[in-house]
Amino acid sequence: MSEKRTYFSYFKKGLTIRNYWVYTLFAVFIAIGLVLSITNLPKASTYQLFEQIGYTIVIVISLSLVVGFLGELSLGHAGFMSIGAFTGMFFQQVVLNSLASQKGFPAAIALFISMIVGGTVAAIFGFIISLPALRLKGDYLAIVTLAFGEIVKVFFQNIDIQSITNKKGSPVWSTTGIIHDFRFDYKWLYIIIFAIALLFIVMIRNLLRSPHGRNIMAIRDNEIAAKAMGVNVTFYKIFVFVLSAFIAGVAGVLFGASQATFAAAKFDYNYSINNILVIVVLGGMGNLEGSIIAALVVALLNNRLQSVLSGDLAALKNVIYAMVLIVVVIYNNAPFLKPFREKYNFRVLFNTIKAKFSKPKDPDDPEKGLPDPSYGADWSKIPTKIPMDAIVTTDVLPSNETDDWKGEN
Amino acid sequence: MSDFWTLALGALALGGVYALIALGYTMVYGIAKMLNFAHGDIIMVGAYSAFVTFMMLGMPVWLCIIIAIIFCTLLGIGIEKAAYRPLRGSSPLAILITAIGVSYLMESIVYLAFSSAPKNVVLFPSLQGNPTATALITLGVATLLMVALVLFINYTKIGKAMRAVSEDRGAAQLMGINVNFVIMVTFAIGSALAAVAAVFWLMKTPLVTYTMGSLPGIKAFSAAVIGGIGSIPGAMIGGIIMGLIETFCDSIPGLQSYTMAIEFAILVIILLIRPSGLLGKTKREKV
Amino acid sequence: MAETVLKTVDLSIQFGGLKAVQNFNIEIKKNEIYGLIGPNGAGKTTAFNIITGVYKPTSGKCYLGGKDITGLSQKDIARSGISRTFQNIRLFNNMSVIHNVMVSMSSRPEYKVNIFQSFFHTKHYFDNEKKMRDEAKELLKVFGLYGERKELASSLPYGKQRKLEIARALATNPKILLLDEPAAGMNPEETQELMNTIRLVRDRFDMTILLIEHDMKLVSGVCDEVTVLNFGQVLTSGKVEEALSNEEVIKAYLGDEDGDTGSK
Repeated sequence: MSEKRTYFSYFKKGLTIRNYWVYTLFAVFIAIGLVLSITNLPKASTYQLFEQIGYTIVIVISLSLVVGFLGELSLGHAGFMSIGAFTGMFFQQVVLNSLASQKGFPAAIALFISMIVGGTVAAIFGFIISLPALRLKGDYLAIVTLAFGEIVKVFFQNIDIQSITNKKGSPVWSTTGIIHDFRFDYKWLYIIIFAIALLFIVMIRNLLRSPHGRNIMAIRDNEIAAKAMGVNVTFYKIFVFVLSAFIAGVAGVLFGASQATFAAAKFDYNYSINNILVIVVLGGMGNLEGSIIAALVVALLNNRLQSVLSGDLAALKNVIYAMVLIVVVIYNNAPFLKPFREKYNFRVLFNTIKAKFSKPKDPDDPEKGLPDPSYGADWSKIPTKIPMDAIVTTDVLPSNETDDWKGEN
Repeated sequence: MSDFWTLALGALALGGVYALIALGYTMVYGIAKMLNFAHGDIIMVGAYSAFVTFMMLGMPVWLCIIIAIIFCTLLGIGIEKAAYRPLRGSSPLAILITAIGVSYLMESIVYLAFSSAPKNVVLFPSLQGNPTATALITLGVATLLMVALVLFINYTKIGKAMRAVSEDRGAAQLMGINVNFVIMVTFAIGSALAAVAAVFWLMKTPLVTYTMGSLPGIKAFSAAVIGGIGSIPGAMIGGIIMGLIETFCDSIPGLQSYTMAIEFAILVIILLIRPSGLLGKTKREKV
Repeated sequence: MAETVLKTVDLSIQFGGLKAVQNFNIEIKKNEIYGLIGPNGAGKTTAFNIITGVYKPTSGKCYLGGKDITGLSQKDIARSGISRTFQNIRLFNNMSVIHNVMVSMSSRPEYKVNIFQSFFHTKHYFDNEKKMRDEAKELLKVFGLYGERKELASSLPYGKQRKLEIARALATNPKILLLDEPAAGMNPEETQELMNTIRLVRDRFDMTILLIEHDMKLVSGVCDEVTVLNFGQVLTSGKVEEALSNEEVIKAYLGDEDGDTGSK
């Protein structure tokens, strides 16, 4: 391609246009939300549902990175979320609110700073967890992450800071959890949450399409081969855990901002599994967009079912989820279903639909038309240490004539 | 008896219960090479079975215990057949997630059937308020069962087949061992032991809730990992260690609320020092 | 004549009491195809694993182009110019063929992209990606894998998976290529094709190759020199015909009169 590229064209391409629909979805979401909040129509519960979808998407991206792309199971992501929520919101309460009360410090900036604080503290713990991840694998690592999440929970459950109080006079952080003296404005919080979610999606998608992302997936597929090909496995494992923990921490802050009060007991391993891992699995491991859709569907379904099923019938919802989870995993993984799976999946369905609507490909497609591609190699693009002439000559001359040409007879 | 000895006996008894549950984890891991996350919920189902037969139907205690054991055994076999067998040979992650799904499913079904309210199940009213006797009985029966299990694995034909499958499934199959049957027996034994553990658990805390299985499950699993998952003596040692830590921490007022954190911290430390547990075999992937 | 590419001096490794490889000495000249042969369990793959850094040797030294690489990590050895394939194919199964090759390229300094550039897909990222993709495509054309470049690596037939492993190893731009039983599981025609591929790699890429092989036809067909290992020790080294007619080598392979097969 010789046409001149402006920075804008790179930028346009940079937002990974391949997954338009995810961004379209986000745009629609934000637009609907904007209209609703300007018209002042929806109830608080609608906003809360939107917020819940938003921070679930963020935490699901975080876990998807570890489970789907690095190939390690974490059962303690609620722990990272908890760290983010508690440190971020505590920081906001103690430092930023005093600033805000004095100078009219904008709440959105306060939230943003607390996201960075919460994310960073969680990332430090992500680094700590990545160290056992270098030594342990699979089930053993899973139990360590589970243990980590529970340790965090117990630790936060026992923190009791009575001396710092909010405007209402109740302690900011006690054994019952963090209590805000204000809840972030409904109208704008979900827009912030979705903007953050969108930013993370673009960044992670871009990362996964880069050499670094390929190296991460190579470790997932075959760690031994990755090492032998010069991939820095240690670095990538630490990097993925730190990044994932950072995102989880930010999700925690977003969660905290959407609640008036929250307790540490919420973030136990059941939360890690039922509210995060299940969604990642249902979306298809190693499929970021799938996970996002799953987060959306599960949250909406949850909301609907909650109003339909009351009391003990609410457990029926869990029965359905559990069944769906088992069926999906068996369908996606069972060896005996392999032929069936290859025939009926979304990719095939998508391709059939696409084939129906798009015109047939140009037969002169330079990438497909070559009869035997091996002869088309452009040696100038492969770094070899012999001079170009020698390559061209060996290419042209049949082998039996080579000796004559060299004049060695 | 002095307080110390009561405490020590209680610790050993609790360790024995954890060991019984941990055996289920470790045997399934050693033989089927999978982590049966739903094992803890078998305890819960066993306890509920006792609740139904004893409290609702008023059957005699011995019959209730037998029914609980049989019911759990069948349940274990059923779960293995329906959920785990189709996935044999696929990635460990997929199997682990299915196990999580099964655990979730069992809890939800019990919730649906019995609601979330805790219920009292006092199987042995005469033992209430007599921790020494409870501990002695628990310890005695647990030891007996573990000895029986070791003898079973070492000296019976099916026990030998189990060891063969855990060494090399492919080779065992070639030698004519019915691997599916062996794995089924493993699940059956593990689930039966979990049912016994459920009875002891009810003797200690006579309450049933739909989530009661997860905590002893996770702790026993930690015990199995500490001892080296896949190793039967390892599970026993791990169980005792867990029981000792828990009883010790619970007896000191300042540490009480940190018991779980301490248990898990010790688990993490042991894994960092010995990545395959105290008695586990280190396996190296051949290049 | 030509310079030495890889040289090992008295490499030894011990696992517990087992001396898996003892005093392993080879010297491989540039542009040579060097064979490493021996009965099963002779320590050939172990020797490979020591050279590539999977195991640290108990004693001895390993030099690549005069530079001491003993005890470096696998990744550093790979980056300094030793690339390998595996006895049992180890591809990145859930990635496309071209991505398999591009993973190897990304460790080369000329294709360096930092994390920030990856997150935000800057101009440098796109230029770099295009260069990489172009080179990868050409490399795949050489191995006749161009048409399948978008397929998953696991969906390729066996012979092509072997080729992809070689292509992937070459993509690190190594000084020496180590092939671990490249012909394992191949039929005679495929082996013949593989021999051509190995020669092509040597000639076109100006490559030095060290290979482990059981197929004597392949060894005598392509190798310039061989080293024979038995029980972790070097029996003999030298030209193929000489080495294969060596009495001890024949004994090691066929056993002597006492019925001792020599291999375990």
